[in-house]
Amino acid sequence: MTKHRKKSIWVFGDYRNYYQNRVTLQLIARAVELAKVIQAEVCALIFGNDIDEWIMEYTAHGADRILAIDDPALKNYSTEMYLAIIERLAKERDPDIILIGATDFGREFAPRLAKRLKTGLSADCVGLSVDEKGLLVQIAPSFGGNMLAEIVTERHRPQMATVRPGTFKEIPHDYERKAVVERLPLMKGLPKPRVRLVEYERSVEKEHTIENASVIVCGGRGMGNKEKFKKLQELARLLGGDVGATRPVVYAGWADHGALVGQAGKHIKPKILFSFGISGAIQHTAGLGEAQFVVAVNKNPQATMMKMADVAIVGDASDVLHHMIKELKKRIRE
Amino acid sequence: MTLNLIVCVKQIPMVAELPWDEKTGTLRRDLAPGMMNPACKHALEAALQIKDKFPAKITVISMGPPAAEEVLRESLAMGADEAVLVCDKLFAGSDTFATSMVLQKAVKKACPKFDLILCGAYTADSETAQVGPQLAEELKLPSVAYIEKLEISGRTLRVRRLVDNFRETLEMEFPALLTVSMENYKPRYAPLAGLETAFRDKSITVITASDLGLSAAAMAAKGSRTKVRQVFLRKAQKGNILLQGAASSVVNEFLDKYQSKIGAAIGKSIESRKLHDET
Repeated sequence: MTKHRKKSIWVFGDYRNYYQNRVTLQLIARAVELAKVIQAEVCALIFGNDIDEWIMEYTAHGADRILAIDDPALKNYSTEMYLAIIERLAKERDPDIILIGATDFGREFAPRLAKRLKTGLSADCVGLSVDEKGLLVQIAPSFGGNMLAEIVTERHRPQMATVRPGTFKEIPHDYERKAVVERLPLMKGLPKPRVRLVEYERSVEKEHTIENASVIVCGGRGMGNKEKFKKLQELARLLGGDVGATRPVVYAGWADHGALVGQAGKHIKPKILFSFGISGAIQHTAGLGEAQFVVAVNKNPQATMMKMADVAIVGDASDVLHHMIKELKKRIRE
Repeated sequence: MTLNLIVCVKQIPMVAELPWDEKTGTLRRDLAPGMMNPACKHALEAALQIKDKFPAKITVISMGPPAAEEVLRESLAMGADEAVLVCDKLFAGSDTFATSMVLQKAVKKACPKFDLILCGAYTADSETAQVGPQLAEELKLPSVAYIEKLEISGRTLRVRRLVDNFRETLEMEFPALLTVSMENYKPRYAPLAGLETAFRDKSITVITASDLGLSAAAMAAKGSRTKVRQVFLRKAQKGNILLQGAASSVVNEFLDKYQSKIGAAIGKSIESRKLHDET
């Protein structure tokens, strides 16, 4: 490597499923923008077995360079293998920035990598830019997204961030694009992974968790009783969403602990949140900071939840729910 | 043989008040009433369930201000055996890099012969999910995040988890580190008698920076890599549109106005009846 080589922004190629791969493309797109400002090249990392498809795709979506290792030993994702590989590559090539998608895998892998490279890492960023000094400015949410923190890694390199899926938009593919593709052999003497994959399967049905559901129907004590509360399931099903609950409702046994939304439970970020019969105690609303569009139904127009809503419907929660289900059944076209 | 388990727990501020240090952009934890981070409590429950089956000793470690003693006492009341508070002004404002370094030293000092470390998958305040994996890296341990279930046979640990839509079963040998998700291991309640004993009789070991050989200079050199430049409240731009009337008519009014928005979110077409009747 020459001393005066170009700065490099690395994007970790997370491709194991469609969703993870889209995040990679989104990060390449953002890296292309950042690279213009700091005059860097965008380099995608791809480790696996039979990876030509991804080499082609990341080239078409904007990478300037690809570092690829294609080896049967990399057939399955392995945190330990990737750590050892990137540690060596980073020491040799000294990247300025490493971006990793905030997928489950990315959020498990990136912290160890940052530690191994003795550098800083911000988590689940919802914004990335470059300041006047050329530092990567990382915007990370905290307290259920009610707060945003602006984070920099001033003195250590690389600057690292995991980035929330959907934060950036991918560049449309262009199969005429060219990238420098470096096909590297798997290094010798890598330590044997200690965590063994016994079995894995792709979840058959789309197994989404409440944390990443795009529609959530939340219910509180204002639903009246357990039976009426259960009807929230029907609305959630119609909308392909999940049911969330407040703490009193979970304590009353109307809903499972897994459905608890708020400080003691899950933090959610749906595109649309329906809130039925919830007054809006801070313990609950602490988990709602990132709901994009909020519809609240409550008898009391003065309830906190109603004031936090985009649309506040005044009425008996169970009554409105009943009509909402009835009406949606008529209107939804598959 | 007794299993040596370590559970890392964090005290997080109750959200009712969020006092921020405007200058440093960090949270004034000292000013907020605290509670045990929910995921940490699930990790403790996982340890307690191991102890229900095998001879085991549970050491709980918390790094935080003096007030974090409360979550340690709560852990003792739930069934932990020993509690260690890692506490020093020098640790204030630590990022995950610094926190995991300090915890590593505390683990080596307080319980060097551990078999398994359990952490919550993430904290409800900063939500980085980084301290567990970084502590594993510090201690050069095999680690798995977000586990939902664990089984022990001999020195082998088998775990199950759901990540990125893959159901995985993984195995490793002790010693290891796991971070525990909130899908399973619903925390037990501390018995009242346990609470009394924990607050009255049990002692908590306090470890300071100098106990760990950490000076201000060492914290500056080995400590935080990231700097929080500023923290701001997310501006909520809410519509605040109030609809009232009979349930059926108000629902119609709502859907007429917002059905395209809902349709876009769920990827289905929602058409109003009128439109449908005309066509």
